[in-house]
Amino acid sequence: MIVENSPVILSVRDLRAKVDGNEILKGLNLEMRAGEIHAIMGPNGSGKSTFSKVLAGHPAYEVTGGEVIFQGQNLLEMEPEERSRNGVFLAFQYPLEIPGVSNLDFLRVAYNSHQKSKGLEELDAFDFQDLVEQKLEVVKMNPSFLTRSVNEGFSGGEKKRNEILQMALLEPKLAILDETDSGLDIDALKIVANGVNQLANAENTMLVITHYQRLLDYIIPDYVHVMEGGRIVTTGTKELALELEARGYDWVTEEKATEVVR
Amino acid sequence: MITQVANRETFLPELVNQCRKQGKGKREGCAYGLKDLRDAAAEYVLGSKFPTTKDEEWRFTDISPLLEIPLQVPELTHEPNLGLSSLTLPVSSKDSLPLRVVFVNGYYAPQLSTMEASLLPTLAMEFFAGNLSNAPGNYHARIRELLNQKQQYNDVFTALNIAGLADAAVVYVPKNQQIETPIHLLFITMPGETPILAQPHCLIVAESGSSVTVVEDFAVIGNVATFTNAVTQIWLGENAAVNHIRLQREGREAIHVGKSAIAQSRDSRYTCNAINVGGKISRHNLEVFQTGEQTETVLNGLTMIAGEQLSDTHSAVNLSKPHGTTNQLHKCIVADKAHAVFNGKVFVPQAAQLTNAAQLNRNLLLSPKSRVDTKPQLEITADNVKCSHGATVSQLDAEEVFYLQSRGLNENDSRNLLINAFAAEIINKLPIPSLRETLYSVVKQMER
Repeated sequence: MIVENSPVILSVRDLRAKVDGNEILKGLNLEMRAGEIHAIMGPNGSGKSTFSKVLAGHPAYEVTGGEVIFQGQNLLEMEPEERSRNGVFLAFQYPLEIPGVSNLDFLRVAYNSHQKSKGLEELDAFDFQDLVEQKLEVVKMNPSFLTRSVNEGFSGGEKKRNEILQMALLEPKLAILDETDSGLDIDALKIVANGVNQLANAENTMLVITHYQRLLDYIIPDYVHVMEGGRIVTTGTKELALELEARGYDWVTEEKATEVVR
Repeated sequence: MITQVANRETFLPELVNQCRKQGKGKREGCAYGLKDLRDAAAEYVLGSKFPTTKDEEWRFTDISPLLEIPLQVPELTHEPNLGLSSLTLPVSSKDSLPLRVVFVNGYYAPQLSTMEASLLPTLAMEFFAGNLSNAPGNYHARIRELLNQKQQYNDVFTALNIAGLADAAVVYVPKNQQIETPIHLLFITMPGETPILAQPHCLIVAESGSSVTVVEDFAVIGNVATFTNAVTQIWLGENAAVNHIRLQREGREAIHVGKSAIAQSRDSRYTCNAINVGGKISRHNLEVFQTGEQTETVLNGLTMIAGEQLSDTHSAVNLSKPHGTTNQLHKCIVADKAHAVFNGKVFVPQAAQLTNAAQLNRNLLLSPKSRVDTKPQLEITADNVKCSHGATVSQLDAEEVFYLQSRGLNENDSRNLLINAFAAEIINKLPIPSLRETLYSVVKQMER
């Protein structure tokens, strides 16, 4: 939902980053305001996932230039956990399995780390159980998932729903969904998309990274950006996604190339 | 009498000599034919060499520091005055271990032992947990028969234990009896003026259709050099179930060698949870023999060591009949300069068709100087079986740490949560809450 003059939540200017010595992001610009849903599409290797990891603070990615301002603060100076506590949430493309940690305990330590940093009361196991059971509704998850180890033996769809459940608990200001739709059948996709739509509001902003236009039938973006070669090369509305689906990415890159020649 | 520090040649004969003196003139054990057992074992020891790292079975474990301890075979300690409360597991109202048999330096300590009959099923009058000399007369023949089966020892330390065998802990579960309350067998080594050789021996008999949980608990009083050389023999009758918890939490100066030998009849179910957290050098030899069809063996192991500790687990599961299963998960957390060794053998001979064997050894190294030597070893000659094995050695996974950080935990808390989780996979299998708590406090010490 585009709202005139709503506050800027994320501002990325000329962001450059490398991993294993290879420059992947080559001057990326993006501005996201409260209430907006942005989609980033683009071919494999265009830097979409790198961008999400850089925003979350993955230590393997080295920022070599540019700036990222999140709610008026320099995001790049924060540790990953500080970014999380300040309201950045990354739904992982491949959520990790953590045998030996029950999902319920994991969700509670995560939730309480946020409560503590805000100076709010930490919840005991009993109160937290009540809270989490309400949130299970968002992604239609069976309570039995709470007693299992984090993501261990979960199907692809269950792992992604578990990510959205974490998002529902942590209530981020900036949620980044990294290919949350990849590998999901249509039923699981609808549940995940429905969960995201319930969580999107006028106070937060969502960055939906995807390979497939299909997801954008269920999460309607305000902006669609196309990434190529480590930059956002074109920006449009949801109609752009349909055109990409029909024509592929080549025409975007070619037009861009023509623009540069001109 | 002060024993001189031994060398490789004199060490074993000297200890056998001491064992023989102790055994002289003692009448205990006549009913079981212990004298013949002792004599045969002594001959075996005298014909054996002290193991070195040139022996395949001791390749990674140098046991020679044992030679530097002037060991004394202890006299019977009468009613030792012990601070037992510090050693026993924390007791709460709903979770205590009220059925406790205590041995000090290999001798039965009746005043420290408790056996609350009210906790045993009313029909369990014949159930027995105590020592050899007090075992009911109608069990003597059966125990004697089991003890005198073809020799169980195939290594020098087991033979040394039997060469000094004067008494033993006994748990006898008669046919079809289900003992719900865990039996706590506490083996304390308490040195006097000289370092001692304690040789506890334990016999567990679960007759057909019975079930029991036994906690073997090895501890040392004081942080002094000792050598505990323990042997445990467990027999499971048809369709019996034994849940065996073996906790080795001796002091950091202690040397511990332990053998668990298990014989399983058809349809029986044996679970071992072996926890090693103590000892300067510790070695656990775990040998399981499946002797009937559809036998189930579950081996869980957790070793948590730091400083300069060395902990070695050698296991061998021998399948022999169709439809057997064995499932092993052995995990080690190794900090500082500690060194863990794992050798796991599973034998699946031609006759053991339609069996299912899985073995996994996972190791977590917490420091650049920690070390693991692992050797999973499956020998399969049967052709219609399902077998898997594997070993992993790793540090904490950076991706997992990042995942937790991205949810708001700081790096240290993330690492600690993952260390805890690594151990929890085994600890959570233990059916005694106070024991789980005790072990989580050990995990805390591994955390940074």
